[in-house]
Amino acid sequence: MINLDGDHYGLADEIKASSGINFNSCFHCKTCANGCPFLEGMDYAPNAVIRLIQFGMEEEALKCSTIWVCVGCNTCSSCCPMAIDIPAVMDGLRHKALKTGVKIPEPDILNFHTQVLNTVKKYGRTHKLEIMMRYKFKKMDFFSDMGVGLKMLKKRKLDLTPSKIQDKKAIEKIFRKE
Amino acid sequence: MKKFSEKNEKNKGPERLKFSFFPGCSLKASGHENTMSLLKFCDSVNIDLIELEDWNCCGSSSAHSIDHDAAEKLPMRNISLAPKGIPLMIACPSCLIRMKSMYLKIKKDNALKQEYEDLWEKPFDEDLEIVHFFEIFNRINLEDYIDQPKDKLKHLKVAPYYGCMLSMPPDLRFEKNYYGIMEQTLKKFGADPIFFGYGTRCCGTYLSVAKPQIAQKVVNEIISRAMEAGAECLVTACSMCHLNLEIRCSLENPIPILHFSELLSMALGARDQKKWFPRHIVDPVPLLKKRGLIIS
Repeated sequence: MINLDGDHYGLADEIKASSGINFNSCFHCKTCANGCPFLEGMDYAPNAVIRLIQFGMEEEALKCSTIWVCVGCNTCSSCCPMAIDIPAVMDGLRHKALKTGVKIPEPDILNFHTQVLNTVKKYGRTHKLEIMMRYKFKKMDFFSDMGVGLKMLKKRKLDLTPSKIQDKKAIEKIFRKE
Repeated sequence: MKKFSEKNEKNKGPERLKFSFFPGCSLKASGHENTMSLLKFCDSVNIDLIELEDWNCCGSSSAHSIDHDAAEKLPMRNISLAPKGIPLMIACPSCLIRMKSMYLKIKKDNALKQEYEDLWEKPFDEDLEIVHFFEIFNRINLEDYIDQPKDKLKHLKVAPYYGCMLSMPPDLRFEKNYYGIMEQTLKKFGADPIFFGYGTRCCGTYLSVAKPQIAQKVVNEIISRAMEAGAECLVTACSMCHLNLEIRCSLENPIPILHFSELLSMALGARDQKKWFPRHIVDPVPLLKKRGLIIS
């Protein structure tokens, strides 16, 4: 058990409030890091992100690429011996990173999420073709991955028109920010 | 309400089971072959699926990542649409986690329950059952619907790929899990399941778009391990996994990737594969012909 004291509590308390996680319970067995399929794309291993929180190193935690590369597949949390919901830690840090306005190290991933939610706001459901077009447009990159896009169109894996919901008011209600 | 399954009088066996059905965006708007074969299969085992009326996206990873509020309210609305007294079946593992987590969260939080009721002007259904498509294998006996099941898939060597569907977040740790359902069912139909150690490795989901090189590596690893273990095809439980495994594989001569629902429907005698297989990047037809699973 690692006890936190003094100024170290701030960040840990804040993430605890949104996720219910007690950061004292992680003893760094690294089961999460060993199981993670995307470790290579991360700058800190998942347990190292928890370590940053334990040490109260807010800036490092909010600016790391790990919180964006994590897709929340739950491979780590389902084998964590202390049942720590690691993807929820990443969720909490991502939200705080957006709120505090730090530089996002993975703009492409943020761009993708933004485009997905834009189609959900518009249609109530995702529309893959539009997500891809807008994602590429934002990036000003039209040619990379062209082959895959064409293959998907040819195999009719991208519907041309969106599937929409009827009750638009409900969707407005969901995305209304008070 | 749109009803998918036509009454199939030929089928004997027990009474028809009824589920309300949440397809989710992956099945509804790109994995059409998955939806078609799933509906076909359900109909042939006397299951009626009634599509959840006017359902919306569950929020997926994106809402979770950048809009906490929407990540709660999107699944909430779907829960509020579910008719009382009928279990809600979800075919996409990721949608299932989002909806079930939210449902359980509301159930134990009175303030949230109040918010739900104010928002959707409906009482919260304390008894709603939310299940994955695989739950039907616990509720029906496949042998009731098929003669000589063992002869159906003719020792096709199949590597079952679950992706992240077996990994549950801590709040769902004590919920029902579906380890081994694909192996067990494939075996029942006379296929040979291949164990290859990468069946629960995540497919990379949206990294396929935003970090293609990482997704490609993971996908190639999964498919090449299955091939090394002697599999002739992979079978997926999730439409999103299927898409990623197909579009991000850069191996030479990879094995075809089939939806579990496609193999199930074929085993039960479906003959409309012509609508499904042209949507596959790696054509499964030569393999299935060679194995005598499709004629013509």
